[in-house]
Amino acid sequence: MALLQISEPGQAAEPHQHKLAVGIDLGTTHSLVASVRSGKAETLPDAHGAHLLPSVVRYRETGAPQVGAIAKQSAISDPRNTISSVKRYVGRGLADICKGCSRREYDFVDSDFSVPRIRTVAGDISPVEVSAEILKNLKQRAEETLGGELTGVVITVPAYFDDAQRQSTKDAAQLAGLQVLRLLNEPTAAAVAYGLDKGSEGVHVVYDLGGGTFDISILRLNRGVFEVMSTAGNTALGGDDFDRAIAEWLIQQAGLDPSTISAGQTRAILLEACRAKEALSDADAVHVFLSVTNDDKAWQGELTRVQLYELIDPLIQKTLSSCRRALRDAGISVDEIEDVVMVGGSTRSPRVRERVGEFFHREPMVDIDPDKVVAAGAAIQADILVGNKPDDEMLLLDVIPLSLGIETMGGLVEKIISRNTTIPSAKAQDFTTFKDGQTALAVHVVQGERELVSDCRSLARFELRGIPPMVAGNARIRVTFQVDADGLLSVTAREQISGVESTVQVKPSFGLTDGEIETMLRESMSHAQEDITARMLREQQVEANRIIDSVESAIAADGQLLADVERAQIDAALTGLRQVRDGDDPRKIKQAIESLNKASTDFAARRMDESIQSAMKGHKVDEF
Amino acid sequence: MQTVDLSSNFFALFDLPVSFDVDLDALSVRYREAQRAVHPDKFANASEVERRLSVQMAARINEAYQILKDPLLRGRYLLELQGVAPDDADTSFDGAFLMEQMELRERLAEVKNSANPVQQLHVIASDIAVHDKLLITQMASLLSETSTKSLQQARDVSRKLQFFRRLNEEVETLEDELGDY
Repeated sequence: MALLQISEPGQAAEPHQHKLAVGIDLGTTHSLVASVRSGKAETLPDAHGAHLLPSVVRYRETGAPQVGAIAKQSAISDPRNTISSVKRYVGRGLADICKGCSRREYDFVDSDFSVPRIRTVAGDISPVEVSAEILKNLKQRAEETLGGELTGVVITVPAYFDDAQRQSTKDAAQLAGLQVLRLLNEPTAAAVAYGLDKGSEGVHVVYDLGGGTFDISILRLNRGVFEVMSTAGNTALGGDDFDRAIAEWLIQQAGLDPSTISAGQTRAILLEACRAKEALSDADAVHVFLSVTNDDKAWQGELTRVQLYELIDPLIQKTLSSCRRALRDAGISVDEIEDVVMVGGSTRSPRVRERVGEFFHREPMVDIDPDKVVAAGAAIQADILVGNKPDDEMLLLDVIPLSLGIETMGGLVEKIISRNTTIPSAKAQDFTTFKDGQTALAVHVVQGERELVSDCRSLARFELRGIPPMVAGNARIRVTFQVDADGLLSVTAREQISGVESTVQVKPSFGLTDGEIETMLRESMSHAQEDITARMLREQQVEANRIIDSVESAIAADGQLLADVERAQIDAALTGLRQVRDGDDPRKIKQAIESLNKASTDFAARRMDESIQSAMKGHKVDEF
Repeated sequence: MQTVDLSSNFFALFDLPVSFDVDLDALSVRYREAQRAVHPDKFANASEVERRLSVQMAARINEAYQILKDPLLRGRYLLELQGVAPDDADTSFDGAFLMEQMELRERLAEVKNSANPVQQLHVIASDIAVHDKLLITQMASLLSETSTKSLQQARDVSRKLQFFRRLNEEVETLEDELGDY
């Protein structure tokens, strides 16, 4: 019989100690950080009392980059080094970024890397690094306000973000030193903040029009479970595009030659367009003013509401097409909807509200602050995921927004996982070899709904290696495509006859490789070697504590399920890990973690099976 | 790599009897409860092993729910459980069915040229729905019997349903094209 462990009074680890967790809305135009304090989700202001952080980063020749309002001040005077709306560029290739835009706002460098870089006075910077600066700023704000280190963060992304865009967001968090608990879809986050506020069960629609992205999500709320039924959208459509349409009209009205307008002048015109747009929410017409011309003659004109509507209606129409599709995919009609919630600054536009109201046959709900609701929802989830609310019944069942497929002969796509499939999701597909003795296989994964690979977005090439050599066509390689709760794809492969697992090398089409991130992390530290070891040590210690906590709770709850031999093995591994955890050798800790993993995996799996079965039995009573 | 026990069938996972006749409300309730037990949201701050296992288990529960919820997928699954491969065909379709299919496809091809395309599409979608309903009723009664003959007939019905499903997907694709003027 194993010896019971009794810790010294006062030294036992508090299992449910309050942990610091925040939600971050990493928006195109503005970002926010929020936390649950005294049971309420609140956005955290900076030292000047501002809650919204402009998503602007300015790079300088010397000194750290500036972030936020102070950076925004240089947008017109130093446009090439002041990066706004970087969210439009993450997870994208150079071709997508410059599609259809004749004026490049930034100095994008064509490089060997799959990730485009922006040339600034501080060097060539990737969009991921720019996002990381914004996240670092919010991390600091949160830790100062809350008075401690963050255990984890929930970061929101547009529901329609593809795998590359999501992975880039996670990469940015890693560079910023943040532990991501979950990537949460923005409409779902809004639904959480809103749904818990109003508590109304049934089907809700979230119409989320931000600065650069549009999402519509249809969700069902049932006893604390938020089930996304469908989602649709456009990751290149938002308030910024309204501004662009207005700016083009202004340029035309002022008789300016677009090819002569500088980057700084472009920014100035966009700002004027934005100002005019917002002013027209309360007035029928506004004066517009451009001080841009080459001969120093300013131009004045008038923009009316009618003219504005003419400019933005086609863009709003695009959002309504997505709404129609989402309703169709969810299999519901507008009559079955409880309410339509408006999220995102651009939903303040009276025209948007009017047309959305027409489409859904009801007044959209606009009483929740469209700027803060997403961060609030993320904070609520962060609080639960980090373990501060062990009895909370909330569960978010989200979906993958785009179908995942693989490239087959002739440039065709074979769908593996359909859009709007609830995640996590896993599908297996069998492949075989083409040549005798073939030991490697490449699978090209794409995202999208079309039949041709060229019409879909390339996600990555997965190279499977270590296939045992066989006669061509004999190998049975089972490739499992798994999408996790963050909406991220991972691929594993096993040759069925020999049982050999392949190693999988991922070559992202529009993202950073692990090696590139490692390099960036190293370069961002001033005392490189020392800090790398310190970071590795911390990472291993955090994971060590997690697994020790998990295993100890598991034994406390279900120790009786363990055979003596198994229990002894687990205890031995636990002791081994505890011994090295507080030391300074990350490798030893990692090995000890591996041993404990091996010893306890079966037990963990059995416990999960058990918990499902008891949940099913528990229900027999409730149902009748 | 350790994976969870994937050998139990989907009905057993939700503690439901193996039958085409499923109480969809009870299924939904059980699905949510099963996810409450193992969803990654419950393990976001747990050990790496538990995080990995929970993704696998939650994926399996989602697959089970998706299959049991949909009459066509449920029917095919039941056939598989009985050892009948749903896509095997030792009989070809009867003439009447093939004519029906051709007629529907012709109507679909004509939609773009018609005066009111969206309306035409809705009519086709409704017709498909009527066929679906009929076939599902047939499938239900065939699967409640256990003879080899009725299983084979159930398989044929499921193949027909498959045709209509694909046709419906084409209707939806066309609807998307028309909608995005």
